[in-house]
Amino acid sequence: MSVQTWTYLIVGATFALYIGIAIWSRVGSTREFYVAGSGVSPVANGMATAADWMSAASFISMAGLISFMGYDGAVYLMGWTGGYVLLALLLAPYLRKFGKYTIPDFVGDRYYSDTARLVAVVCAVFVSFTYVAGQMRGVGIVFSRFLEVDINTGVIIGMAIVFLYAVLGGMKGITYTQVAQYCVLIFAYMVPAIFISILLTGNFIPQLGFGGTLDNSSVYLLDKLDGLNQELGFAAYTDGTKSMIDVFAITAALMIGTAGLPHVIVRFFTVPKVRDARRSAGWALLFIAILYTTAPAVAAFARLNMIQTINGEDGRGTLRTEAPSWIDNWEQTGLIAWEDKNNDGRMYYAAGEQNEMTIDRDIMVLANPEIANLPAWVIALVAAGGLAAALSTAAGLLLVISSAIAHDLLKKVVMPNITEKQELLYARIAAGFAVFVAGLLGIYPPGFVAQVVAFAFGLAAASFFPAIFLGIFDKRANRAGAISGMVVGITFTAAYIVYFKFINPDANTAEHWLFGISPEGIGLIGMLLNFAVTYAVSHLTAPPPAEIQDLVDHIRVPRGAGAAQVH
Amino acid sequence: MTKATENLYWKQNLWIVATLLAIWFVVSYVAGIILVDWLNNIQLFGFKLGFWFAQQGSIYIFVILIFVYVAIMNRVDKTHDVHED
Repeated sequence: MSVQTWTYLIVGATFALYIGIAIWSRVGSTREFYVAGSGVSPVANGMATAADWMSAASFISMAGLISFMGYDGAVYLMGWTGGYVLLALLLAPYLRKFGKYTIPDFVGDRYYSDTARLVAVVCAVFVSFTYVAGQMRGVGIVFSRFLEVDINTGVIIGMAIVFLYAVLGGMKGITYTQVAQYCVLIFAYMVPAIFISILLTGNFIPQLGFGGTLDNSSVYLLDKLDGLNQELGFAAYTDGTKSMIDVFAITAALMIGTAGLPHVIVRFFTVPKVRDARRSAGWALLFIAILYTTAPAVAAFARLNMIQTINGEDGRGTLRTEAPSWIDNWEQTGLIAWEDKNNDGRMYYAAGEQNEMTIDRDIMVLANPEIANLPAWVIALVAAGGLAAALSTAAGLLLVISSAIAHDLLKKVVMPNITEKQELLYARIAAGFAVFVAGLLGIYPPGFVAQVVAFAFGLAAASFFPAIFLGIFDKRANRAGAISGMVVGITFTAAYIVYFKFINPDANTAEHWLFGISPEGIGLIGMLLNFAVTYAVSHLTAPPPAEIQDLVDHIRVPRGAGAAQVH
Repeated sequence: MTKATENLYWKQNLWIVATLLAIWFVVSYVAGIILVDWLNNIQLFGFKLGFWFAQQGSIYIFVILIFVYVAIMNRVDKTHDVHED
């Protein structure tokens, strides 16, 4: 059977599974819709969080990026995992004890201010929409490459599936679907990785193969890769090219941004107890780490394979006519291109002038199964895995947007007298509306989606993280402080990114950057500004009222967390 | 559950969190970024040590840190009688 038939079969089966779960988990209360009744077990919740976290970017793009960046790829590896330690130790247990449904809930209540609540709503909606645009686009791309439907049709099909289980089951439907999606995506990621690890290093554990010797030789994989990179004019694979301060700042912005993302934080409201929130963070990171420790191995294997296949054993370049079929296939999609600069009929890849190849980073994961001559069903599995990753993240984001509109904006501020049934209806309508807008963004992406996602992290780091952290750890942090801090943090970070990415992109080089920090890393400075302003203003103005200080005491202690709902 | 006990509990919590975050900082920012070139002089099988921390080792330690925190806090919660039943 062809790849396309296998893909229809496997993807179809996974979609049927998600819809089945959606019907099983349909909800009847706002508590179930927003936080799954707080009854999800820590392991299941950890798995769901992992799927929610690992988007199309993690699944498809990350290994490819790392394979071209070498050591510098560590910004993504550490940046997108280290934040979970911050979540577990600094935020999750206290927010669970707080017991409400959303981040704007916490910000609005802790800082006794609807203005603060609204600032949080705007941030949450903006961060989530920018993030979700990338996911819907990713869904469209996977559909178009594997199922040969038009990208826009793919986006619409994805929208329909997410609409079903998000609107029917809210957070409950989304959580259990994400558990299934985690299983699909991790299986789809590991199968090719294990095969290729065996092929190249003889070790079936990719994490070990990464540090192993090449099969039938005593040369270490990484040493070989360093050597090849340098011969071709690139920096050594294990060295990278970014400055130390930039690596530091980007890693920090991503870690802290992780701990400030609404769709991640809300995942800790769905467990029964405070101690489950801590444990759930541990399970989440464990499940995430399985993919994240495999990815750099996949990256190194893929780069070695690519260089050796294109440049050949002797390093002079492989004749185009003798190139393996995966190069033919991917050339047709336009993701790999060859320009015979010296007219010798041979493909050659290097840094600088002699380079004849243009290679899209996304190929590295998607072409891996073909490079290793794996059967068609494995390729189809990778497609299903990529879709699982994109849909699971999209759903989590859409839930944040829906609850921000129905709960934080309508119920808490604009129309406080609506009944629970009405709020649930509005939440469903808002979810539908959010799916629709996300689909539009997928069909008409605001250009450079990956950069816009980095935007989301920087904003979360500079706006939410300080407000929530100080809300828990500093009783003196008050309304004036939090609002000023958030506004300063967001404005500074947004202005810096917009300037260098959109207004004056020619100036986007190290010599023009503040402290040598790129727009991807500037969230770190935004965060520091937020902290400084919040602290200063809080100490210069009146302390929070006594009942708020009592609230802080209340959330610092596990006993007395709101009961979970049985389901 | 008196304020005094809560304060002792909170102080112990802060102390534990600070220690674990110090380790978090060392294995990622120090070993993987600041001292990476120096650590790369040490070989761990096929890995240069600094590179290994940056691309693999720090992640393992992050997972361990969270589970260690869970275990310690469960005990501390019971000691101060603030645990949930």
